Amino acid sequence: MKHLLATDGLDPALATAVLDTAEELKRTLLGREVRKLPTLRGRTVITLFYENSTRTRVSFEIAGKWMSADVINVSASSSSVNKGESLRDTALTLAAAGADCVIIRHPASGAAQRLSGWLAEAGTAIVNAGDGTHEHPTQALLDAATLRERLGSLEGRRIAIVGDVLHSRVARSNIHLLSALGAEVVLVAPPTLLPAGVECLPVTVSHELDAELPAVDAVMMLRVQAERMTAGGPGQSFFPSSREYSISYGLNERRMKLLPEHAVVLHPGPMLRGMEIASAVADSPASAITEQVRNGVHVRMAVLYHLLASEGAEA
Amino acid sequence: MSSRPRGAAEPAGERELLSSGDVARTIARMAHQVIEKTALGAGGSTPPVLLGIPTRGTPLALRLADKIAEFSGIRPPTGALDITLYRDDLRRRPPRALEHSQLPPTGIDDAVVILVDDVLFSGRTIRAALDALRDHGRPRAVQLAVLVDRGHRELPIRADYVGKNVPTSRAEGIEVLLSEVDGRDTVLLRAQPEGDRS
Repeated sequence: MKHLLATDGLDPALATAVLDTAEELKRTLLGREVRKLPTLRGRTVITLFYENSTRTRVSFEIAGKWMSADVINVSASSSSVNKGESLRDTALTLAAAGADCVIIRHPASGAAQRLSGWLAEAGTAIVNAGDGTHEHPTQALLDAATLRERLGSLEGRRIAIVGDVLHSRVARSNIHLLSALGAEVVLVAPPTLLPAGVECLPVTVSHELDAELPAVDAVMMLRVQAERMTAGGPGQSFFPSSREYSISYGLNERRMKLLPEHAVVLHPGPMLRGMEIASAVADSPASAITEQVRNGVHVRMAVLYHLLASEGAEA
Repeated sequence: MSSRPRGAAEPAGERELLSSGDVARTIARMAHQVIEKTALGAGGSTPPVLLGIPTRGTPLALRLADKIAEFSGIRPPTGALDITLYRDDLRRRPPRALEHSQLPPTGIDDAVVILVDDVLFSGRTIRAALDALRDHGRPRAVQLAVLVDRGHRELPIRADYVGKNVPTSRAEGIEVLLSEVDGRDTVLLRAQPEGDRS
C-alpha cells in the first residue's frame, strides 16, 4: 500500500489485512504496561487539517505516537495557509521538511488524490482523512473493524446507512468498503439527501426507516451536515424542518425496538443528539459509538504500519 | 518467520536431522532440563512462564509445558509473544501480518520467563523478543529454549536449553516442521538457504 486515498477500488484482501492487523494491535496493547511500539521509530507523520476535527486528528496523532513515529500537527488556521499559500506549496514544504506521510483533511473532494500526484517524486505517503463529500477511508475501516468485532463477520450482513448520504464522505467510503467485504448496504434517506448517480452504487435505496430496521444487522446514523447545505445559497433547504427530519429519519427509542436483538448502532460523530439520534439510543448497549473511537486508534495504527513499516516494498 | 506450510515437497539436497520420534524425545529432554534448572517442585519455587515466539515457538511452548507437567506435576503458564513490531528488518520487507500475542493472565512481572523458539540463528529474533518483553512487564529473569541452534550468531545471545546443536553453513537452511502448523514433525537441513530465516 502506497497511499490510502479511498475505499473505492481498495483490494478487499488488503482491507482485510489492515483490519486483521488492527485487531492484533488492539489485543497486544490491551493491559500492557507500556502502550508504545517501536515499529515506526524515526518516521515523521504530519497531519494537515483544513477542516475542524477532534476525533480523527487526535486518533491519528495517538496512533502515530503509539507506533513511535514523530507526529506533527498542522492546521490551516495557524499555518502559512492563512497568508495565502496554496495547497501544493504547503504540501511540497512539508515533504521537503522531511514528512514520510501526510494525513490530509480538506474541504475539496479530490484534494488527497491531487496531493499524492504532487508528492509522488518525494515518495511521501498520503492518507485521506476526509476530502469534501468524497471519501473518508479510515472512518470506513474503523466502522468495519467495529462491525467485525460485534457481528463476527461482514459476509452477508445487512447494514443500513441512514440520513444525509448526499454530503457524507463517511457514507461513500462505507458503501464501497462494506460491500467489498461482502455486506449488503441499504441507504435510507429522503430523496433530497441522496447523491446523483446513487443507482450506480452497490446499494439498495429506501425512504422508509421503519420498514428497514427489522431486517438489518447494523444501522449507521449520519450527521446532518448543515455546514455543507449551502450549495443553493444559505436559504436552500433539504428538508422542511429539523423536527420533521428527526421524526422521519431520527433513531429514537421507539424505532430502536424495531431492531433485531443483536443489531449494532453506529455513528461516525460528531453526534447531534435529538436530531438524527436520541440520547437514550446513543448511550444504549446496542450503541458501539465509543468503541468506534477506540477502534479508530488501532485501525489508524494498522494503516500507518502498512504504509510506513517497510521501505519501498510493494505489497 | 513465515507461516506458510513447509516441506510440501522434498527436493534433492535435503536431509532429515530429527525424525518425529527425535523431536518428541528432544522436547522431553528439554523439559527435564527446565525442571532441574528452575528447581520446579522444590519448596517455594514459582513455575516459569513459557512464552513461544510465533509461528512455531507457540506450539513448542505448549508441548514443553505438557512434558513439564507430566514429569513434575506442575504445568507452567504458557503464552505467545509476537515480535513482528519489534523486528529490525521491517524496513527491508513488505509489511507482514501480525501474529497472535497472548500473555498468561498472571502476567510476567517477577516471573522467570522462558522464551521458546524453533531455531536460533542470528539472534535478532530473540533481541526483538527481549524488547517486546520489556513493554509487557519486568520478569525476574529471562531464559531461552530452542529446538535447534544452528550457529551464526550476530548478537551476544545464547540459549539456556538447546534441543540439538547443528553446525551449518550460511548457505544451508534449517526447517522445523511441527504437526500443529505443518501436519508432521521433523527437522530438515536444506542446501538452499531459506530467504526469510533470521
